[in-house]
Amino acid sequence: MSEAQPATADVGAIQKQGWLRDAGRLLRSPSFVTGGLVVLFWVACALFWPQLVPYDPFADDLLNSLLPPSGEHWFGTDQLGRDVFSRVLAGARDILTVAPLATIISTILGTALGLTMGYFGGWTDEILSRFVDAVLALPTVIVALLALTALGTSTYTVLFVIGFTFAPIIARTVRASVLAERGLDYVAAAELRRENRLYIMFVEILPNVIPPILVEMTVRLGYSIFTVATLSFIGFGIQPPSPDWGLSISSNYGLIGGGYWWTVVFDSAAIASLVIGINLMADGIQSTLDD
Amino acid sequence: MKRGALSLATLWLLSLLVFAGGRMLPGNVGRAMLGPFADQKAVDVLNHEMGTDRPLLVQYGDWISGFLTGDLGMSYAYRSEVAPFLVSALVNSAKLAAVAFLLVVPLGILGGVIAALYRGRAIDRIITVAGMSATIVPEFVSGIVLILIFGVWLRWFPISATWPPGSGPLTQVYYLLLPSVPLVLILFGYIARMARAGMIEALDAEYTRTAILKGLSYPKVIWRHVLRNALLPTISVIATQTVYLIGGLVVIEILFQYQGIGTLIYTAANKKDFPMLQAGVMAVGALFALATLLADLLYARLNPRIRYGDEG
Repeated sequence: MSEAQPATADVGAIQKQGWLRDAGRLLRSPSFVTGGLVVLFWVACALFWPQLVPYDPFADDLLNSLLPPSGEHWFGTDQLGRDVFSRVLAGARDILTVAPLATIISTILGTALGLTMGYFGGWTDEILSRFVDAVLALPTVIVALLALTALGTSTYTVLFVIGFTFAPIIARTVRASVLAERGLDYVAAAELRRENRLYIMFVEILPNVIPPILVEMTVRLGYSIFTVATLSFIGFGIQPPSPDWGLSISSNYGLIGGGYWWTVVFDSAAIASLVIGINLMADGIQSTLDD
Repeated sequence: MKRGALSLATLWLLSLLVFAGGRMLPGNVGRAMLGPFADQKAVDVLNHEMGTDRPLLVQYGDWISGFLTGDLGMSYAYRSEVAPFLVSALVNSAKLAAVAFLLVVPLGILGGVIAALYRGRAIDRIITVAGMSATIVPEFVSGIVLILIFGVWLRWFPISATWPPGSGPLTQVYYLLLPSVPLVLILFGYIARMARAGMIEALDAEYTRTAILKGLSYPKVIWRHVLRNALLPTISVIATQTVYLIGGLVVIEILFQYQGIGTLIYTAANKKDFPMLQAGVMAVGALFALATLLADLLYARLNPRIRYGDEG
């Protein structure tokens, strides 16, 4: 045992250096840094909007409704006279709570599922794969409509739906990585030591498949925001009076025929910049890992 | 054969999920439709009429056998057959999807091929990053921007996709052009990425080297040897993307007020009209299974190195 001690420490040190090197490379990736700055801006808005907004994003001011952008109201005002600039900043809060939570749920579910499929193989894999295919045969928005109709509209249902529909996608990625690890010596060694199967899956294999999971998770976060925004737009996601972007666009897009473009343009730009930012980060992580 | 059986198994599982989803509705259907103040007798009669007072297994058997024989049941909301609504919605959506596909498939392949031919240069990077970014922006966001620019400011296109009754095919295509662009934006990135990857693999392959060394001209090599092999994987991507296309249709059809399968499912969900909702969702699932199967067969036909199962 005493002989093994320094070896373990060395491995730890090498791993730590590896992480540092990866982090350094990430910070030199232009995609990652650009995307990261945009995302950081919206996270700051989600956390600190009460300090940042010039007006109360929830306060009606019917005498000043539908004002075009001006020095007083940078982004104009909406139908109820609420300041659009303040609402766009505050609108980051709900989507940046729901979407990341949903992503975490789906990553946990998908990782467990993928590990099981990849490690056990055979019939377990075959049967679970059929279920995965069945879920993947439907677009998320349609699964969401079905589930939200049956269970009622609530944030929990949105979390459940995204967790449930994204898990199979993550499971497929994890399964493929586990299959590659499955035949390696360290797994065979653990099996010879008669380790518990759960131990082999979660303690031996899982740490080695973290990088692809990380990439997939970042990509899924982008799609999670895509989905939450879309559900809010069709009235099944985040509910009023939240200043959520998708919701604001949904309640104002009837007005654009009348030329009130400012009630939707800034919310659209906010959604687009956030998802593109996350996607650029994912691209940066991916190319750093590939090198 | 084996692939067909797998698709059927997947569809059967899907029907279980959809049915279970539909029956999770709290309380009973008759009560939910008539409201809390309706007479209990009326509720019972309605439940009996719609068959929702029978055991679940019987209801499932009835629903699924009706499905196979083309009887999709009665809509709760319209009190009439589901099938005619579904058929007309599918026809409308097919038109919109067709316009989007006719635009995006050539564009996506062209984008991917150009990116691959200029691999590593600025134009490759621009196509790849722009395509990837367009893929992740929700359809309603790009749709709103397009409506503002081309519908409201420039007035080039109508802001609703519903054409006046009796319009000819050309007018219909004109009404569908603007709504199809957000779908094109979503799909372009995927198709371009696959086409690019396939092209690069084919460009690096031995047979391409051989063809060049044989003295064939560069365009001839690209056209005859590279493209054919490069586009094979793209076919399967195009098929799997149909399912996301249908998801996108829901949003686009709502935004552009168009009576397709997306609006049908959306309206059914809002009215808690389960027979309509289930039929719509199953139709989407069946379309997806069909598209995947067709893509597999087409892939096998075009690629002499692959033969599926017992097809021989």
